[in-house]
Parts: sequence; structure tokens; C-alpha cells
Amino acid sequence: MTRLDVRKTYKLYIGGEFPRSESGRSYIVNDAKGNLMANAAQASRKDARDAVTAARRAFPGWSSKTAYNRAQVVYRIAEVLEGRRDQFVAELRAAEGVTEAKARTYVDAAIDRLVWYAGWADKIGQVVGNANPVAGPYFNLSTPEPSGVVAVVAPRGPLLGLISVVAPLIVTGNTVVVIASEAFPLTAITLGEVMATSDLPGGVVNVLTGSVAEIAPWLASHMDVNGLDLTGVADSDLATSLEAAGAENLKRILRPPLAPIDWLEEPDLSRMTTFLETKTVWHPIGL
Amino acid sequence: MDQVGAEARAASLGTRSIKTTAKAYAIDLAIRMVDLTTLEGMDTAGKVRALAAKAMRPDPADPTCPATAAVCVYPDMVATAKQVLGSSGVNVAAVATAFPSGRAALDIKLADTRDAVEAGADEIDMVIDRGAFLSGHYLRVFEEIVAVREACGPAHLKVIFETGELQTYDNVRRASWLAMMAGGHFIKTSTGKVQPAATLPVTMIMLEAVRDFREATGQMIGVKPAGGIRTSKDAIKYLVMVNEVAGPDWLDPDWFRFGASTLLNDLLMQRTKMTTGRYSGPDYFTLD
Amino acid sequence: MMVSTSSTSGRTNSTGERTSSTNRAFEYAPAPESRSIVDIKPSYGLFINGEFVDGTGTSFKTINPASEEVLAEISEASEADVDLAVKAARRAYTRVWSKLSGAERAKYLYRIARIIQERGRELAVLESIDNGKPIKESRDVDIPIVAAHFFYYAGWADKLSHAGYGTTPLGVAGQVIPWNFPLLMLAWKIAPALACGNTVVLKPAETTPLTALLFAEICQQADLPPGVVNIVTGAGDTGRALVSHPDVDKVAFTGSTDVGRHIAKAVAGSRKKVTLELGGKAANIVFDDAALDQAVEGIVNGIFFNQGHVCCAGSRLLVQESVADEVMEKLKRRMSTLRVGDPLDKNTDIGAINSAEQLAKIRELSDIGEAEGSERWSPACELPTTGFWFPPTVFTGVSQAHRIAREEIFGPVLSVLTFRTPAEAVEKANNTPFGLSAGVWTEKGSRILWMANQLRAGVVWANTFNKFDPTSPFGGYKESGYGREGGRHGLEAYLKVESQR
Repeated sequence: MTRLDVRKTYKLYIGGEFPRSESGRSYIVNDAKGNLMANAAQASRKDARDAVTAARRAFPGWSSKTAYNRAQVVYRIAEVLEGRRDQFVAELRAAEGVTEAKARTYVDAAIDRLVWYAGWADKIGQVVGNANPVAGPYFNLSTPEPSGVVAVVAPRGPLLGLISVVAPLIVTGNTVVVIASEAFPLTAITLGEVMATSDLPGGVVNVLTGSVAEIAPWLASHMDVNGLDLTGVADSDLATSLEAAGAENLKRILRPPLAPIDWLEEPDLSRMTTFLETKTVWHPIGL
Repeated sequence: MDQVGAEARAASLGTRSIKTTAKAYAIDLAIRMVDLTTLEGMDTAGKVRALAAKAMRPDPADPTCPATAAVCVYPDMVATAKQVLGSSGVNVAAVATAFPSGRAALDIKLADTRDAVEAGADEIDMVIDRGAFLSGHYLRVFEEIVAVREACGPAHLKVIFETGELQTYDNVRRASWLAMMAGGHFIKTSTGKVQPAATLPVTMIMLEAVRDFREATGQMIGVKPAGGIRTSKDAIKYLVMVNEVAGPDWLDPDWFRFGASTLLNDLLMQRTKMTTGRYSGPDYFTLD
Repeated sequence: MMVSTSSTSGRTNSTGERTSSTNRAFEYAPAPESRSIVDIKPSYGLFINGEFVDGTGTSFKTINPASEEVLAEISEASEADVDLAVKAARRAYTRVWSKLSGAERAKYLYRIARIIQERGRELAVLESIDNGKPIKESRDVDIPIVAAHFFYYAGWADKLSHAGYGTTPLGVAGQVIPWNFPLLMLAWKIAPALACGNTVVLKPAETTPLTALLFAEICQQADLPPGVVNIVTGAGDTGRALVSHPDVDKVAFTGSTDVGRHIAKAVAGSRKKVTLELGGKAANIVFDDAALDQAVEGIVNGIFFNQGHVCCAGSRLLVQESVADEVMEKLKRRMSTLRVGDPLDKNTDIGAINSAEQLAKIRELSDIGEAEGSERWSPACELPTTGFWFPPTVFTGVSQAHRIAREEIFGPVLSVLTFRTPAEAVEKANNTPFGLSAGVWTEKGSRILWMANQLRAGVVWANTFNKFDPTSPFGGYKESGYGREGGRHGLEAYLKVESQR
């Protein structure tokens, strides 16, 4: 007699916890074969608002940790993800219908991507910061600082794209509200479980699942969000209106890519530098 | 004052490992240094009587346990406390001068002080005018302390800075010198009503000040951290700091006090563990 | 030195006079860290090609300098042994390590970093036993920075294209390290070398081989490919064989200026790339507007941390004449609370001198200091009867012409000189063939920056001292050596930067 499994409820990941949507809504997520996998929470604008509050609350602590500390936390996320490799491979296979080998490639790449970004935490400042040789007796230093709360529309796909847009933000000290891929939301919440058990403070990453078209505009117009990553917005009209909405408080915007991104390739530095402010400090040199 | 350097030194002193005989010595000394405190709007005679009884006999199961240095109450509770404590050797300290805010006219603050002294307070814990301090009116702060000292008569004066409001170590150092020169017997960190209250670095700054004051004048002044010291481990860190920063002369209830309430039971629990070898639990110690 | 006091204090009367009552002093009971966590073998071989093998040379003993107890027998690697090790490193480089991607090299280094964290207590205890430094320091300073160093450079292994020095490694690195921070110096050498794609043969100091040998075990635990890291123990001859081996592409040395000079001569005419981190006689400059209590901490930390066995130690205190008396008084009082004793006692501040040889040097120079006319002072100290010990010592009335102001003592001995103006402080600070570090204590920001500009030193600490971080480049000017360790700049030493190589 086969054992009945205990099925998981997929909720949102906000403030380090897993609340249901305040709207009480959910939507059906099918696997690659069209069979029911689970009901995912369908986030509302109020959930988005709460996520921004959580991200803002987490920002002072997260951004003032040493870079070394942030790196250690992100390595830990990679470690825990590595430990759950088989689970994620299974989830990818079910969701996308890919082969075991392909699923492994993507999961391994996701883990390695985390490790790559972790190593940037205490180096990005050395690459994009420097002293400036001004023409006068002044000490002058430029250093990068995180912008604040960044809202992200994750690219299509269950895992690698999601990690590739979230990791660069958190290693630099920003905090994140990310709308997971609408078609592949479940792995995003499982990833939330990984983060919740990895010493990542609550609120540093907040994951919403649901309709991008419904939720994104609320994040794009939110006056306490400092940056907007539109990578996963496929509809160009939507992307334009989101960018225009973001202009109200001059959010730093990363536009959708012109061509599909191969997430397996090593990224450039722009996902970090777009959401870094450069602070330049002067001080006289004299007796 | 360099903040980073000062905090590093305080933290480094916190890594001293105090075990066995040293720990037993420190725990008993800490108990003897406690000003057992209740400063609540809902204080009643009953509450104060219970507190005073506990101060005299912190551990009813163990008569070798020393009494605390004092109890600390509002001025209108002094007489009640005095009734219970009598000539037990446990002092009555009263907060005064419109504690905790200090926001009242000077004559009212002096009347508050005299009232407490007349009721029998052995010690007065006053608050400085932080508004005057932060707006740079140091002379006014100084003169108020002088006036309160006079109103104290025979009672000893502790001067509370409310370090959480002064915020910088430079301010705390400045306030320390002001208070010592104005005649305070003790300088005290906090009212316990504002966070942060006592911290190791802030107390270290004050210990350096009393050390330097003795160097300059020959006179010893006491130090009292108050608020936020909850565990024996914390208390022992403070004693290490007293020992290495001001010097062993200050390791005495006459020169160092802890303003605390929950600390006492943790000290008793640790004391019991040292004598019995077993970890203890809250059921074995009286709540008041 | 902490001594028990029977002071009198008690109730004050209204004029502040003290009436007497007894006061027991606060004596810290012994708080020993347990030795049981370490498992020291009676003898060790060499670590070549991923295995421990017997050396073909003689052997020598390593001792615990706090007690003179013999800890283990160590192999003295012969020239043939060194040759084997270099061959192993070359094979590993050509066949394995140079073929790995940066991301894979990174993962090995992360593994090593992780294991160092996991075995942190064991490493700290072993370091204190072999070197003599207090457990408080090995536990709270040495080992955490060692792990952080491996983490930091692991992160560079797959990002070299962003560092500005190219991405081509040099090949095989021969590395010789000193005894003052054994495992930390090993980390400073091996982490960047491996991150950049090189393989290494490293010789630890003869008085402190044990943590390097435990590190070899850690490499095995991390499944590091054999030959990537090789450890050859030995003394001067082994070191000479290593740096002059024709198949070594890169030489890295930390140690005395004298030996550094010999190495620089020996590699002349070869194509070996060299970096040297040598001695120092750093000036710690205190102005009259300094935060004096913190400055005193910085002075104490600068010269008594690690028993003064620090190349960048603040061994010359340059104090502004207007505050000299006040600073000396505070300093002496602070020195009286330093605890000298058993390195494994958690309350010890100053441990043992590393060797009889070093103790003799410190004594000799201290006697010279007295003979030269300076005034010598140490707090009262009860020193153990076995082992190598020297109390924290300060010489006042020192001038630039004195030997103790010019020569590196490498012990807990401070020479105090005075100055009148910032320009004079700079002059005196720079008036030395060394140039490793300097300290500046003043609350005035513009003066800090002006002094930093003028001081000919590779590291300037302002309102702090002896601060190290894997992200922060470290190294000297002039006869303190050349090359930097730490930070992005630390990569340069291990990559093919010049176009003609």
C-alpha cells in the first residue's frame, strides 16, 4: 500500500516568515505535463506593501554589516542549497520537464552563481571605488554604497535566473522584494526556505508569487522603493509604464534585456553597479 | 575620546575568563554592590516592603548570602523602606529632582530632594538637566548639581547623566568632570527609563574619569551603572573593568554600585551553582 | 603586571578623605584552555605531493617556549627533499592546477577556509603551544584572520579579469615564512598564490612548524589535488635550497631584512619574481590633542601585542613633548595591568618569547639601551622559572642616535622619544632605513591626512594600530621590503604582469 504524502502549502516569504496572502487568493500551478503541482499564493498589493516595509526595516542592519559578514551569509545560502540539491533537481524536472542532467546543470549553476557573487561582497568596492587625485590639498575617496530597497521582476524560470537577479543585490547590501516567475513560482518559495535557514536576516529578501501585471505597478510606483529591476518583464508596454512609474521618485532602473540572457554565462558587474551609489568624500590635508 | 578605540578596549576586557575562586569572589561582591531598585508608577507600600525584605535577605535558603548595598525608590516610598530596613546596614537611596526627566523648575527639584532626605534617605540619585547640557549651558548644569548637593545635607549624592540621551562618549566625559567638580559623591549612567542604559564602554569612560579625578585632586568618586545589567556574566565584566581601569580601590560598595532589579536573582542562581554544582531555576529564588 | 594590592578604602567623610576598611583585591583564578583538543604526534615527516613522507635529511626538535617541553621531532628537508617538493609542485601545476577554472580553484580554497573555521580552536591551541603567544590572541586574532584570508582570496580566483593584473599565473612559488605569526603568514602566502593558479612549496620557521603541518592535514581533508601545496620543514639551509631552486618561478619571503637582502642578491640574474616583507622600526606618533586613553591602548597594543614579535610593531613612541609626562604616566599605569604568563591561560596578555635565541637578542639590546644612557622601566613581574620570558619594558630618554632607536629588537621593548612639531615628528619617523608602518594619534583630521602623506611607510594607522584585514594591502617601503600582501594589490605578486615574462 503506497504511503500518502504530506503535501506542502506554498505561501509567500516576507520578513523572514511564510505568511499567506492577505487576500486569501491562490492560483494553480501545473507541472510540465499539465498535472496539478500545487496552489501558489497569489500576492496582492498589500502583500507587496508589507514586503517593502519588511525590506526597509531590514536595510539598515544588512547594509551596515561588514562585507565579509554578508559574504559569509551568502556562502551559507549556497551551502544549504547544495545540501538540498536533489530536492531542487526534482522540482526543476517536475516544473520544466527537463532531463535530470539538464536540471543538475541549472541547479549546480545556481549554487555556483551564489558562490561567485558571495566573493564579490568584499571586492566590488576595490574594483569600482578609488581615491581621486584632485588638484588641491584634499584627500578624496569614492566608495560604493547600496541604494536601498530594490524591487525585482524575476526572469522566466524556476531557479537560476531568480538567483542571478537576487544575489548581486544582497551582496552589495541592498534588500529585495522580488516577484517570482509567474509560471514557475514554487521553487522560489523553496528557495525562501533555504534563505530562512541560512542566517539571512528576515526582510533582506522577500518573495512574492502571483501576477506580475497586477503587482509590479504597485512596486514601481512605491515611493519607498529605490531601485527597479525589470529583467523579467516580457511585455514591452508594461515595461515602459513601469519605468515611467518609477520615475516619480527617480528610481534606479534596470531595463529588460534586448535579447534573451543565457543565465549559464558569467555575468558582468552591472547587476551590482546599477544599484550602488558612489559616495565621494573630501577632507583637507594640512597641519 | 575615540569611540572605536574605547569600545575595543571595553570589549577586550570582556574576554577575561573569571572562574572558580575569582568568580565566587566577584558574585558575592556584586551582590553587595546592588542597589535593589523599584521605580514604577504602580509602586505601593506592599511592593516596597517586599523589596526591602529581599535586599536584607536575598536568599532565604542561605544565610551566608550577603545583603545588598541599598534599595532605590521614589521619594514618597522612602519612609516605608526605612521602616523595614531600620539599622540593617542596607541604605535607602531615593531618586529625586523630577526623576526621570528632570524637567521642572529648580526650586521644585530641590524641594523634591529635601523631602526625600527628611523622610530618611541616605542617598539621593539626581538627574542632570540634559536639555541644558545638550544646548551647551554647562554652567547651569553645574550650578544645579551644587544646589542639590547642598539640599542633600548628610545624604550622599549620585548624579545621573542619562548617557543614552547624551549619546557621545565625549559628552559623558564632559558630564563626569562637571559632576565631580560640582560635588557629586557618585556619578551614575542612567535612569533605566531610556535605552540604551548602562553599557560597558560608557561605564569605562566614567571609570577613567574618576581615576583621573583622583589623580588630580586626591579625591575618590564612585561609579554606578544602572539599567540593562541583567546577568552575572555582565556584572563580572563590569567588575573586571573596575579592577583594570580605575583600580582595586573601587572594588567596594562604597565606590561602585549596580542599579538593577533582575540582576540579583541571576547572581543568586550563579552563587547557588557554585556551591551545589547544579544549574538552578527560577522556582528556587523569590521574585521579591 | 597585576599584583595583589592590600589597599585601604572605605567610607568617605564629607571632605573626601577615606577612612580605612579592608578591601580584598580581585585576583583572577587560573583559567586554562584545555590542551586535550590537540593531538601532537611524536614526529613529523614532510608534506610532499599530498602525503607525509620521511625526509632524507636530519631532524630537529620543536619545543614549547613557555616550558621548554619538547613537542615533536621535525624533519630537516635536504636539498634532495626540496627538489622532490618542487617537482611535485611543478607536476601539479602543469597537469592539474593550471587546467582548473578559477571557480574550481575557488571551491578548494573555500573548503580550506571552512575547515579552518571548523578546527579553529584546535589550531589556536596548537599555535599557542608551539609559538608561545597567548591563547586569547591566537583564538581571537590569528585564526579568524587566517580563515578570512582564505575566504577573501577564494573569491578572487574566478574574478582575476577584474583585478587589473592579468590572469596568468607564474607557476611554482617557493615561500619562506617566519615564526611570529606562523599560520597567518602561511595564509598570507598560500591563499593568493593558489587563487591566482600557482602551486607552492612552503617552508615554515624552524621553531614553529606545527600549525603548518596541521594545515597540510587540512589540505588532505579538503581533497586538494596532491602537489598543489607542499610543506618542507627545516631551517636556513632548507630555505636557501628552496629560494635558489632553478625551477621555482616566484620567491616570497617574510623575515629579517638581513636574510631578505641575501635572497635579493641570490635571485639576481635569474628570472624569478620576488616579494619581500622584512623588518621595521615603526614610529607611533602621539600628538597633544590625541584621545590619550585610546592612544595609550594603541601604544600598548603596538609594541606588546604578540610579545612585540611583530615586524610592524610600534617600537618607537614619538610623543609630543607637551604631553610626554602625562602619556608616560598613563602608559606605566596601563602596563601594570598586563598579565605575563602561561600562554594557554585565557587571561594572559603577554606570552613567552619564541626561543632562547630571540630572548638573548632582546636581552642584549636592552642592556645596550641601558648602557647608552636611557632610563629603563618594567612593571613588577613574577616570571615563570622555565621557558623564555621577558617583561614588558619601556626606555625613556631615547634619542635617534641610540641603537635601541634604530635596530629592530623584535620583543616587548618600547623606546620613547619626544618631538615638538609635526614636521619634526615626520623627520624622526622617516629617519630610518625601514619603512613598514607608522601610527598617528591626533583628533585633527587634516593633520592625520597630512602626516599620512609625509610618512614613508607602507601602512599608516591613524588612531588605531596593528589592524589587519585580508582586504587591506600590507607591505613596506625601503628596507622593509617590496610587494604587498592582502587586498586586490596582493594579487600582483602571483600573476604574470610584466609583458616581457
